[in-house]
Amino acid sequence: MDLAYTPAEEAFRREARAWLAANVPAEPLPSLDTPEGFAAHREWERRLYDARLSVVTWPEEYGGRGASLAEWLIFEEEYYLAGAPGRVGQNGIFLLAPSLLEFGTEEQRRRHLPPMASGEEVWAQGWSEPEAGSDLAAVRSRAVRTDGGWLLSGQKTWSSRAAYAHWLFGLFRTDPESARHHGLTYFLVPLDAPGVTVRGIRQLDGEPGFAEVFFDEVFVPDDQVLGGVGEGWRVAMSTTGSERGLTLRSPGRFMAAADRLVSLARRIGDLGEAERLEVARAWMNADAYRLFTFQTLTRVRDGATIGPESSINKVFWSEMDLHLHETALRLLGPRAELTGAAPDAVAGGRWLDGFLFALSGPIYGGTNEIQRNIIAERVLGMPREPRPAKESQ
Amino acid sequence: MRFGLTAEQRQFGTVAAELLAKPDTDRWAALTDLGVPAVLVPEEHGGLGGDEIDLLPVLEEAGRAALPDPLVESLVATRLLTALGGSLATEWLPQIASGESLVLFADGPYLPHADRAALILTERNGTLCTATPGAPQPSTDPARRLYSTTAITPVTAPSPNTTEPGTSRPPADAAPMTATAPGAAESGAFRPSAGGASGAADVRSLLVEARDRGAALTAVYLVGVARRMIDMAVEYTRERTQFGRPVGSFQAVKHHLANALVAVEFARPPAYRAAYSLARGSRTASRDASMAKAMASEAALQTARAALQVHGAIGYTLEYDLHHWLRRAWTLSTAWGTPTHHHRQVASLLLDSEEPLERLP
Ligand SMILES: Cc1cc2nc3c(=O)[nH]c(=O)nc-3n(C[C@H](O)[C@H](O)[C@H](O)COP(=O)(O)OP(=O)(O)OC[C@H]3O[C@@H](n4cnc5c(N)ncnc54)[C@H](O)[C@@H]3O)c2cc1C
Repeated sequence: MDLAYTPAEEAFRREARAWLAANVPAEPLPSLDTPEGFAAHREWERRLYDARLSVVTWPEEYGGRGASLAEWLIFEEEYYLAGAPGRVGQNGIFLLAPSLLEFGTEEQRRRHLPPMASGEEVWAQGWSEPEAGSDLAAVRSRAVRTDGGWLLSGQKTWSSRAAYAHWLFGLFRTDPESARHHGLTYFLVPLDAPGVTVRGIRQLDGEPGFAEVFFDEVFVPDDQVLGGVGEGWRVAMSTTGSERGLTLRSPGRFMAAADRLVSLARRIGDLGEAERLEVARAWMNADAYRLFTFQTLTRVRDGATIGPESSINKVFWSEMDLHLHETALRLLGPRAELTGAAPDAVAGGRWLDGFLFALSGPIYGGTNEIQRNIIAERVLGMPREPRPAKESQ
Repeated sequence: MRFGLTAEQRQFGTVAAELLAKPDTDRWAALTDLGVPAVLVPEEHGGLGGDEIDLLPVLEEAGRAALPDPLVESLVATRLLTALGGSLATEWLPQIASGESLVLFADGPYLPHADRAALILTERNGTLCTATPGAPQPSTDPARRLYSTTAITPVTAPSPNTTEPGTSRPPADAAPMTATAPGAAESGAFRPSAGGASGAADVRSLLVEARDRGAALTAVYLVGVARRMIDMAVEYTRERTQFGRPVGSFQAVKHHLANALVAVEFARPPAYRAAYSLARGSRTASRDASMAKAMASEAALQTARAALQVHGAIGYTLEYDLHHWLRRAWTLSTAWGTPTHHHRQVASLLLDSEEPLERLP
């Protein structure tokens, strides 16, 4: 065990810190779920990309710098400590990209990765359907063979960022006879294709952060299939592994929030014992998450792959984030309800925004109930619960 | 940056686990033969010159095996003697390394297995003292074989200020419960060696560190205790059927154990980090130790509760082994400072300061 960073890692930290200090916008950008905010965030992604800091671990030919996972962690720490904007490209960068790198053809990678990294093309994730939430294998949207490609029909819903995004990745049933996770194919679909209709759905904060997407015989060519016809479930599982596992939620983000919470508590001063202990708990959890990530990263470097244990991670960070924000709101007392528009809002209302977002953590990426089932069955090896009759596995 | 153990360290744990799993053996003697007590003893005193990180797997396995022996107390005493130097160190460290003598550090008024110790070190009012075992104190965990400590004799000068806030001294539960032996203050003044602790303030900080070390190593132990309870519960709920199905297929049962696993898996890295910080003398060692102990204690208590619940009535009997681990979780979660004590400690180190927060590395 050696927790010290190498001189090269320290040098990278200094470089990242200096660049962020010079470039992070002084005023927070507007919400990325508004048209102005979306545009401003894409500009920010472009600046990151030009500095080769958008996707540090990617190979250079796709716009990265081939950095190690330790360097990624360092970058994320500096990024969030500098108060840099949320990543509008995160669905593509953290969820689709690992699958593209693993299952994509060379043409697909060259076509999609650089514009994804630069913010030129923002991606939405199209898993959920009205009748397929936790039971993702129940997807009904279908793809029918046609000359040189496929015709997609059906409906996706709760798709983050899809109100403004350019592309969507999602699962469609290519074998009409198939049931559940068989006969599904993973497609890459431009959202401006004829036959696509997008309708924004307002979230708790009032902005259209979700969309439902309707497909009416939308043509996609063969080269927009990722990982082979009928292989969709396998490819999608690798995507959800990235979502729950390592890359989507870096410790940097929670550490920065926990440090801000401690500063808030110090500024308020004179807290009761209960509040003091909750602040300490929130900070310890963020620190524990960071150490857990060090451990995961070391295991990955030693050759391990992240499997169903990623669900342990997901349950922990989602509950930690919610507890942290609940604690902040409790410290703020009556000012907790003020939105960023209120003259008396503390920190531009960011604690309230953070709380509203944290509330979704135990729901998206597979609810925590589903994660607990996975932990029990696939990590601990407990007996499976009865599954729908048609399922075979 | 590497947050993991070496192959040798893991191997050490595997061998220890095998020894601990053997039925009808003297498990303490087996660990001694393996060289566990010698790990922290410097080479010049006949030891292996290792550190706390080398012991992580052994401590966790000791927890998994619910080993009741005073492993943590002896490791803390070893480090304390090493840091003190002088005649106490020269006399006792070789005997610890060879397994000839058991030397313990007592945190608080009661000490497990005190009757077996050749030397007991403890603290009274900021002073390092030796003690002798007093009356047995039956514990809810009989295997701990608890004794009060008595005949407290200082071996260092008292330090001027012993009640400074923010030190690791546990509150009330560490207050002396037995009268100091008459005339003890004048006897046997400790004379430090060159390179050893040189004054009352140094000794006091060594005592604080001893408590931090006890808390950190106990945290690792508790992770092992808790992890084993989860395994036992999984095994039981796979076998036990009700309503024509294994009870482990019911979600309410699964979710109890999944929640316990999340708590335990996130308590381990802080416990390992605390041992690392103590081994390296890191500036944040005290905060790291308190964080580790608070999180491991809470994870172990939550797991004990879940494991008992999913075992149903059989878990509530002495006819089934679970109770050994339950008791170890209860007693060790309060030993070396309760979860609340350590939680407060972290709160105080974070909040009662204007300094920027330090995170290492
Ligand atoms: C902020 C946010 C962003 C999202 N972004 C996207 C996105 O970009 N793309 C996308 O495709 N989807 C997205 N989703 C949708 C998300 O993936 C689903 O909400 C989630 O998988 C749960 O599905 P559901 O909402 O239909 O709930 P349901 O599946 O209807 O579940 C309702 C309740 O029942 C419980 N439940 C269901 N089945 C079980 C079971 N077997 N055992 C125990 N409990 C069960 C659930 O845990 C939940 O509490 C997002 C959701 C949120 C909140």
